[in-house]
Amino acid sequence: MDFGLMARIFPFFLEAALVTIELSLLSLALGLTVAAVITMFRLSRLRTLRAIGTLYVSLMRGTPCLIQLFILYFGGPQIGINLSPFAAGAIGLGMNIGAYMAEAMRGAILAVDRGQTEAARVLGFSRFETMRIVVLPQAAKLMIRPLGVNAVALVKGTALVSTISVVDLTYTAQRFIGSTYKPFEIFAVAAILYMAMIYALSKVVDFLDRRYAAA
Amino acid sequence: MNAASKFAGANDRPMVQVIDAHKSFGAFEILKGINLSVNKGQIVAIIGPSGSGKSTLLRSINHLEALNKGEVWVDGIQVNRPLTGHAFEQHINSVRQRMGMVFQHFNLFPHMTVGENVTVGPIKLRKMPAARARDLAMELLGKVGLQDKYDAYPSRLSGGQKQRVAIARALAMEPSVMLFDEATSALDPELVDEVNLVMKQLASEHMTMIIVTHEMRFASEVADRVLFMDGGIVVEEGPPSEIFSNPRMDRTRTFLKKHLAG
Ligand SMILES: Nc1ncnc2c1ncn2[C@@H]1O[C@H](COP(=O)(O)OP(=O)(O)OP(=O)(O)O)[C@@H](O)[C@H]1O
Ligand SMILES: [Mg+2]
Repeated sequence: MDFGLMARIFPFFLEAALVTIELSLLSLALGLTVAAVITMFRLSRLRTLRAIGTLYVSLMRGTPCLIQLFILYFGGPQIGINLSPFAAGAIGLGMNIGAYMAEAMRGAILAVDRGQTEAARVLGFSRFETMRIVVLPQAAKLMIRPLGVNAVALVKGTALVSTISVVDLTYTAQRFIGSTYKPFEIFAVAAILYMAMIYALSKVVDFLDRRYAAA
Repeated sequence: MNAASKFAGANDRPMVQVIDAHKSFGAFEILKGINLSVNKGQIVAIIGPSGSGKSTLLRSINHLEALNKGEVWVDGIQVNRPLTGHAFEQHINSVRQRMGMVFQHFNLFPHMTVGENVTVGPIKLRKMPAARARDLAMELLGKVGLQDKYDAYPSRLSGGQKQRVAIARALAMEPSVMLFDEATSALDPELVDEVNLVMKQLASEHMTMIIVTHEMRFASEVADRVLFMDGGIVVEEGPPSEIFSNPRMDRTRTFLKKHLAG
């Protein structure tokens, strides 16, 4: 193992890791927003909204994320959507993970005992108030773990954007192979950095879970 | 029989009236034309075998179940008015404030303290100032013997205490009628009495109550009238003395033979 090489390339990889982190945070924010909207649709009383929500989730979960990114980045310009690689990556990943997160949110909301809703409704609370005052505070706690799992999958999934020429950690690693011919060392460095990110993320999730979901 | 029944006769408009209630779940008709009338201050106990439709009837009174046919009136207002969409939603939210309901499994809000459980309705729905809501909650918790639990979370309470908080929560909306669906049947036997006692106290204060129960002794002590339901109909009804000591119908007799033994 060429540890010297690993030390030399490390600073470049750190910079690339920042791109991966930025991309992760942006697509996480977008994903959570999409998920909240889709969840509202899926729990709506209006059949059309429910159908849209269900269709969205099955499309996003039923096709490879890579294909979704290609459609957005390569196919986009054909229908007048011109995005930079980074923007296409963030939007594509966010929309994709949003579908999974919507499942997590819906699962958590449905896991709150029906008796809670009934108790609120018989007091005279509307559907909306019941959701806001009684169901969501309880569901939020149940969501932390599954959303954390999704967030970890998202960080790992960001590697896909290297295929649409976003200069992220994976893309940077590939670029260095040509000049060094040491793929083992190079990908090992990339793997260590991914692991560090995911370790940090899982610590955050643990903290949130302990802080809000205990008891 | 309690004092409330004398009181009740004075007012001839029923507090609760159910007219020809029909309810089906899929192909199964669960309520097959129920009529029920409860005067102000009256206490009606509903008894009957499992699956006879007792809960369904009670839940249709506050529209947790929507009837397929029939009418429900509470305090002079039709609960199941033929409105749709937003208009019905507004109507039902306001009419539900006139009815308190107590569930078998308490359904306290676990993320709120006892005090918050009791005050959330008055504050958010009746726009009561927080300080007044607190006074009201303290008074009601005092009534059910739990003033010292104001800041406790429900998970810290025994079943009997939870149910008493649930009663206080319902009372905080100052309802015209209280509906109880087997309020004590999820409780350990030694905790049943403390809840029954609270219900008896409400009875002595002329609260209008409809009580679904499998405790025949309690029904006979507290009720002005007992309804025996079986197979989605009211088989027999009358004062507890008649229903329990001298039932007219065979089905009532068979049921009571099983349940009075215990
Ligand atoms: N939401 C529902 N969907 C389908 N069937 C239902 C539903 N609610 C109740 N039922 C059925 O209706 C019948 C009557 O139910 P209900 O709960 O009113 O009986 P009950 O007299 O309260 O019985 P128990 O003493 O066991 O509480 C039962 O056979 C039950 O399975
Ligand atoms: Mg029942």
